This record gives sequence, C-alpha cells and structure tokens, in this order.
Amino acid sequence: MGKRVGMEVAIASAEAAALCKFDVASVYPITPQSHVAEHLSDIVADGRVDASFITVESEHSALSSAMGASATGARVVTATSSQGLLFMSEVMPITSAMRLPIVMIIANRAVSGPINIWNDHSDIMPMRDTGWISFFADNGQEVVDMVIQAFKVGEDRRVMLPVNVNMDGFQLTHVVEPIIMPDQEEVDKFLPPYEPFATLHPDKVVSMGTLGMPEFFTEAQKSKNVALVNSKKVILEVWKEWEKQFGRKYEPIQSYRTEDAEIALLTMGSMGETAEIAIDELRKQGVKVGLLKIKLWRPFPFDELKKAVKGIKVLAVTDRACSFGGPGGPVFSEIRSALYDVPKRPKIVNFIIGLGGRDVPMEGFMEMVQKAAKGKLSEPYEFYGVRG
Amino acid sequence: MNTAMQNPKSIESFELYAPKLATKEEFFVGGHRACQGCGEALAIRLMCKALGKDTVITNATGCMEVISSVYPTTAWNLPWIHVAFPNSASVGSGVEAGLTALRRKGKIADRRIKSVAIGGDGGTMDIGFQALSGAMERGHDMLYVCFDNEAYMNTGIQRSSGTPFLAATTTAPAGKVVPGNQVWKKNLPEIMVAHNVPYVATACQSYPIDFMNKVKKARQVKGPSYIHCFVTCPTGWRSPSETCIKLGRLALETGIFPLYEVEDGKYRMTVEVPEKRRPVQEYLKGQGRFRHLTPDQIQVIQERVDIEWDMLMIKVQNSKSRAELRAKRAK
Ligand SMILES: Cc1ncc(C[n+]2csc(CCOP(=O)(O)OP(=O)(O)O)c2C)c(N)n1
Ligand code: SF4
Ligand SMILES: [Mg+2]
Repeated sequence: MGKRVGMEVAIASAEAAALCKFDVASVYPITPQSHVAEHLSDIVADGRVDASFITVESEHSALSSAMGASATGARVVTATSSQGLLFMSEVMPITSAMRLPIVMIIANRAVSGPINIWNDHSDIMPMRDTGWISFFADNGQEVVDMVIQAFKVGEDRRVMLPVNVNMDGFQLTHVVEPIIMPDQEEVDKFLPPYEPFATLHPDKVVSMGTLGMPEFFTEAQKSKNVALVNSKKVILEVWKEWEKQFGRKYEPIQSYRTEDAEIALLTMGSMGETAEIAIDELRKQGVKVGLLKIKLWRPFPFDELKKAVKGIKVLAVTDRACSFGGPGGPVFSEIRSALYDVPKRPKIVNFIIGLGGRDVPMEGFMEMVQKAAKGKLSEPYEFYGVRG
Repeated sequence: MNTAMQNPKSIESFELYAPKLATKEEFFVGGHRACQGCGEALAIRLMCKALGKDTVITNATGCMEVISSVYPTTAWNLPWIHVAFPNSASVGSGVEAGLTALRRKGKIADRRIKSVAIGGDGGTMDIGFQALSGAMERGHDMLYVCFDNEAYMNTGIQRSSGTPFLAATTTAPAGKVVPGNQVWKKNLPEIMVAHNVPYVATACQSYPIDFMNKVKKARQVKGPSYIHCFVTCPTGWRSPSETCIKLGRLALETGIFPLYEVEDGKYRMTVEVPEKRRPVQEYLKGQGRFRHLTPDQIQVIQERVDIEWDMLMIKVQNSKSRAELRAKRAK
C-alpha cells in the first residue's frame, strides 16, 4: 500500500513521474512550475531514475526535444506554465499529430499582459484545440494519480496521444498536502513498459512528420479527432482500473451534492474544493445547490455532462480565463454548446473568476449561487468581483 | 558516348573508382521534387552517403523537407523526422538523448546511432539559431549541418542573415533607392567555434570528397559538431541550373566561401585556393541576384572578401588546438 506523506504538490508531481520511470525529461523552468523542473533534475542527478535530463534553453526546445526523444521510443515527461506553454504552442499540435504520448505537467498560470505569475487557466485554454488529452486536478492527490494515469492512457496503443495534467499554480504547486504516494511495485503493476509502434531507428526506417497536401490533410485531421474522441473509452477503463487497484475514483465530471439540486456551480481545478465548502454552507441554509467539477477537459465528456445536469434548473459556469470579445469564458461556451440539443437543459450563466491569482473565498461562491438563482445575470457574463 | 562507356576500365569509369570514394548505396533517393541543379539536394545525398546507415536525420522545415517528403512518398532511406522550422537542433538533441537513454537502459541494441540535424540558412542562422546554440552548448553527441543557400528559398527567396551583401531577394529587392541586402553575411561557423564545438567545418557541394570527409570526421566526434555547407540554388540565385557546381567552385576560387575546418580550436584550410584568387566579379556575374551591382559596389565586395580572407589566414597561421596548448603547458 502507498504511504501517506506531507509533500509539496509540485514535488509530488515530479515524484509521480519518477514512479513511472521516465527515460527522458526535458524541462525549462518557469514560476510556478520551477519546483517540478528542479525536482525532476534532482531525481535524475541522484540516479533515482535512470534517465537523461535535457537542460533546454527554452520551452519551444523543451517540447521539441521531448518529441525527438519520444520518437525514439523513450518515455518522456515535460512541464511548463503560462508564457512557457504559449512558447510551446507551435509544437503542441504537431506532438499530437505525430501521436507521441508525452506527458506534460502544467502549473497553470495567467498569461501576460500585464505580466502576472499567479494562477488562472488562461495558459491552457488557448491550447484546447491542439489535440492533447487534458486532465484537471483538484488537489495534490489527484495530481499524483493523474500523472501516473496519463502515461498509461497516452501510451495505450488505442490512444497514442500526448496528455497534459493541469494543476493550479501556487494554490496547488506550492502547497504541502497530505498525499498517498503509491509504491513502486504498485505503479509497476499498473503501468506496463511503453511499447511504441514506430520509432526512429535504422533497423526499421520510417519517415515521421511528412508533408500533407490538401488531398491528405483533412484525413490526417480527422484521424487525430477520432483518436481523441475514442480515447475517452480508454480513459474510463484506466480510471476503473485505478479505482480497483488504488481505491480512488475518477470520473470525467464529478458531481457533489447534486442529487436534488436545482442550482449547480461548475468549476475546474483547485477552486472546486472551496466551492464544495460553499455548497455545504448553502445546503445548511436549505438551498438546493450542488457542484459539478470537470476533470476531463479533452476529450470533452458530452454524455457525462448531459447526465450530470439532469434536473438542474440553473447552471453557473465559472471560467478562469477570458475569451475577449467572445460569447463568454471558454468553459461556458463549451458547456452551452454541449447542452444546446438537450430538450430540458438548464439556464446557464457565466462568471469569470479568479484571474491572475485573484482569490475567490467561499463567500464568493455563495454570492454567485445567489446571483445565478434568477437564471439570468445583468450582463451576458460577469467578471466576478471586478472593480469598475 | 562518353569515355567511360567506351572503355569501362579507364580512370573515368564511375564503376571503377567511385565505389572507393563513396558508397553506391543511396540513402536520399531520386524522385524527389528539387529543382534541376539544386545544390542542396545534391549535398544532402552526399552527406547521407558519408553518414551511412546508423543515422537518424532531423530536418527543419524548408525546401529539403518539402521536396523529399510529400505524403505518402519519401526520399529518405534513413530514419527521418521533421517537426517544424525553428527546432531541428532541439528535436535532434532529443533524438540523441532518447537513443542514449534507451541504449544505456538496454531497451535498444547497444550500438552507436548518430543523431544528425539539418536545416537551411533560415532554419539555422535565424529562426533556429537559439535552438542550435542550445543544442551545441549542451554538448549532445550530434552533428548539425546547415545547408546555406543564402535565402529562404522554400517560401520564395526572402532574405536571411545568410544572404550576401547587396544580393537581391524578394524582401531585400534591388530597389531604385536601396540596392538589395544592406548587411554582410553572418559568420555562423565562427559563432559555432565560439561555442567550443570540438569540430566545425565549412563545405560545399562542389567539393564532394572534401564534404564527405568532413561529415565522416564529424560523425566520429563524441559530442557536438557543426558543418556549414554552402549550396547553390539556381532558382533563388537566378542562375542557370547547369552552373550549380561551377558556382560553388567560383565561390571558393574567389575566396568568397573558403573551405576549412576547425578542430579543437585549430583552423586548417582543406581545399587549396589559387595563390592569385579570382576576382569576385567572376562569381557575381553569373547570377541574377547580383545583376544590378555597379562596378563600385563590386569593388566594395572585393575589398571585404580580401579582408575576410586575411582574417581567416591569420587564424589558420596562428591558431593552436587546445591539445597543443595543453601539451605546451605540461612541458
Ligand atoms: C515559425 C515559422 N515561420 C515561418 C515559416 C515559413 N517558412 C517555412 S520554410 C521557410 C524558409 C526556409 O528557408 P531556409 O531555412 O533557408 O531553407 P531553404 O528553403 O532555403 O532550403 C520559411 C520562412 C514556418 N514554416 N514556420
Ligand atoms: S528553390 Fe533552390 S534550394 Fe529549393 S529545391 Fe529549388 S534549387 Fe533547391
Ligand atoms: Mg535557404
């Protein structure tokens, strides 16, 4: 059985990768991810994992060299945040197109303008359409579990896609949490060695990353989409297996006290835990309110969402990023579109919250629920707590 | 009928002497879509022959990637990967790290496979410069070869930092007021020497044996090595296809692109340049990109080439390898 330890979450995420015995780590430091980079290099320097650590000169090179290494058949981990993720963005869709199952730990942080090192989701949201599997963790335990699950899902022959595991910068990365660290034997039992289907090796010559003319490009895009959509089945399978072996349950959308709920909040990431407390408080006051937490962002869990909102009259979607000049936050747009065809769908309102590390206390979520109860806000979407 | 066909035993017989100089095995095969007389495609073919089988190629976006890999075809008989324009050095460094780790861990056969990254002048000197610097500085066991045709040819002959002074390109045109590219070519081999790369060399498709020898030497280096290969582009230079080889030779004979190597810090000329170098005019006149040059401008180029030549000779005559210096101190 695993051991319960108190550990900083960033460090725990690197420890989780170590349990997966990566062959290559290629990481460029950026706050609040730096402890991941530092700890991965500690692990390699101390010989705890037999691996190469590439001290790249940028994030563009971090993901690029990760791709080169992954293409040789190595198990590869990388990590980044914010500007670093945007710097990688050129390479992101190529990683998934080339079906390289790299695992990326993302310490979510606001994207600059003005520069800000604190947490929101404006870094990952622009990467939504790059063809990666995207997990969101609520807490340190989930970070550890999801990093290990990510290798298993991504490397599955039916999937062969890169996976990013999102953890909120500072709120998670820099917090010491009680975490059950799985044993090495347990992880070895869960995660088989990576068996790639094509590698860069002279014994079997392949060309990777060739030019796709118009007569093939659409097919290439569709095949990536099919792979991503179909990966959900494998993700669910892997989560079932995880639950059986480790006793912790994972679902694409986790419902909290929604049984008879008329109003529901929807969150992604660590704010879900604060929202839970707000729900408990409101329940004490007799408000029929619950919470939905999205854990699987890509592939988007349409069926699970439809099931989760049954009976809910108003859904208050929180977004931790803006879609400037758009219809609301990116999560809101997705949810509204996903539910458009549902005959008895809830009214959906949108709060843009917690930008660049702005705290949202429990009272904040309670207030949002009260505002949402009318089923309509005074604006199409509200920048919650904004001054002026 | 040529002599070789009339008398297969004659020295001109390809069958007789060529296999001794280069393998007949092709790793970069015909049927690709390069223009006629493309020096870059020829140089790649030669490079692959010198590298041999145990090689993985990482190719930056550019003419060579485009002409060689139109799905579902490929010209590559070596393991080959293309990811993007700015990152062949970093992808190649990852290939090296991956192969090294897998070999050490016994997951692949225990034999040395060389990671070789290639790119054009744009992919190397401009947008890929940072990745190149990083890969060379980190000391990966890899070879980087820049194929310098002095502009972004793939996208329509735009200027790069490898474009020569006053050459006309589509973004540095020979205008009524501004006559072409306004700055001198960046000296990337020198920058690589400054990275303390153990082996740096210049090369050209017109000197195939010299180039292949350098590739073989670079392949042996345990650590980073860099070759800057000057290649003709008839399309971009507005020069006749059949002058591909001739232009490379003129670049050497005028002193515009000397062929040398820098081993452990010591400079050495590898192909002799005539004592009396040819005037640059002879090289410039055959190319449309220099058509607009006035005699005065040609004189400015001549002076610069002379000075650069002298600077190089000072290095050739005075430089010492680190090993030599170490031995001297030990005495
Ligand atoms: C990030 C990015 N910017 C621009 C381009 C467009 N582009 C593709 S190849 C190329 C020029 C290639 O020039 P060079 O590296 O000299 O190779 P050549 O085609 O001349 O062999 C450019 C500008 C791109 N693919 N990616
Ligand atoms: S444009 Fe120049 S470099 Fe490109 S294929 Fe043609 S000749 Fe070769
Ligand atoms: Mg070029």
